[in-house]
Amino acid sequence: MGYSAFSILGHALTANKHWQAAVGTPEMRTSYDVVIIGGGGHGLATAYYLAQEHGITNVAVLEAGWIGGGNTARNTTIVRSDYLLNSSFRLKDFALRLWADLSRDLNFNLMYEPRGYVDLAHSDGELEHFTLRANAMRLGGAEASILTGDALQERVPELDMASPKRFPIAGALVQEAGGVVRHDAVAWGFARKASQAGIHVFQNCPVTGIEVRGGKLQAIETPKGRIACGKALISVAGASTQVAALAGLELPLNSVNVQAFVTEPVKPALDTVVNYNAGYSYVSQTSKGEFVLGGATDGYSSFARRGSFERIEDVLARALQMFPFLSRLRLMRHWSGIADIPMDGNAILGPTPVEGLMINAGWGYAGFKATPAVGHQMAALLATGQLPELLQPFAYERFALGAEQDDAGAGPYPWLH
Amino acid sequence: MLLIPCPHCGLREESEFTYGGPCRDLPALDGQSDAGTWSQAFHMGKNPRGPLRELWYHSSGCEAWIEVTRDTASHEIIPGGQT
Repeated sequence: MGYSAFSILGHALTANKHWQAAVGTPEMRTSYDVVIIGGGGHGLATAYYLAQEHGITNVAVLEAGWIGGGNTARNTTIVRSDYLLNSSFRLKDFALRLWADLSRDLNFNLMYEPRGYVDLAHSDGELEHFTLRANAMRLGGAEASILTGDALQERVPELDMASPKRFPIAGALVQEAGGVVRHDAVAWGFARKASQAGIHVFQNCPVTGIEVRGGKLQAIETPKGRIACGKALISVAGASTQVAALAGLELPLNSVNVQAFVTEPVKPALDTVVNYNAGYSYVSQTSKGEFVLGGATDGYSSFARRGSFERIEDVLARALQMFPFLSRLRLMRHWSGIADIPMDGNAILGPTPVEGLMINAGWGYAGFKATPAVGHQMAALLATGQLPELLQPFAYERFALGAEQDDAGAGPYPWLH
Repeated sequence: MLLIPCPHCGLREESEFTYGGPCRDLPALDGQSDAGTWSQAFHMGKNPRGPLRELWYHSSGCEAWIEVTRDTASHEIIPGGQT
């Protein structure tokens, strides 16, 4: 049944006793056309588009934990497409266009709010580089502007530009189409629609083996049984190394810890998303009133999902440089997630050396914003066998070919991306 | 906060160090290895959920590069792993 104001009213009149589960609990079959390993936003979006765009519904999604328990619900909900390289920009800008209509398509309120993304530069040199990036975005057909001085102060009145700083604010790149999307609604919305289309979503179902014979995918093994399949997608973020190893694949990436924080809720004070670039601290205010803060990775390999105090101090110190009034708020919650970051800081998408096995890995802490675009393109790859143009630059082979897609120019050091 | 045992300075906080990444065994510089072998050695693997031999630079201390074996899941530093 669809969600609407009438359905809420109807259920209210019957004391909310008749709501149906949003995601079914099906019996597992012994074979599927496609198995998607990983029930995060990306995996579920792929399932949704397989059904929606290609009519393929004999699909299983295997989630080791629960829907909305992984990195999809651990990020800071920011969506934007302000990337320098054409390859990065085009995929994320496609996602940004999909976000705009997705609530209606999914019949699920994702609370997409294009409230603008403000990326602060701290020197004239950095601002020059931001101008280059803004121009690249404009050439790609997106809107972006560079604001300085009074114009920037007017755009973000709460921003403290006056008091002396170790890293003064020289200006900002502003993308008005950027903003926030309620992250766990994305996982639930895709899961519900995929489930309604007849796709089987299994929670608490880790993958224990990937059967490969003669270089060809045969089956996926789970505690619930063996699933024969010709095609599968690994889409498991922080666990990519371990899951790919089940198929004998090595990946060029390191997993690191990324932390995020939420303050107590207060009245509306900030209506945009602001990022401090000298060390990273990105701040926005939720519709409930909490300030959400995030920063760079902890800076070294980690599967701990437990953050370093040094990074907490870093992120908060930078947030206070922008918004001194935050010093009077308390942090309510703090969490972290495992981000898998490749040697060039960009995702690994497409076929692997194992025939039939596709990969979607290495999004690091930048994957949320790309969710619908990745799902859309991966579904096309799984359905047609043709690698879509948008995914081609992100091939698994690019590291051996020297065709890295390094937006930051940081080199083969995942912990610095 | 990690406490990293520097062989010269003793136990020090992670904020004194710069991370150098996993230790990698590279092919010999004898011209016998092709690009694929080098790419493999530079890029692949070295991402265990468990003990990892890695390099740390004591940038705000004695400025030595040290080797530490650390468990990436528990952050436990495994004794005898540093040189």
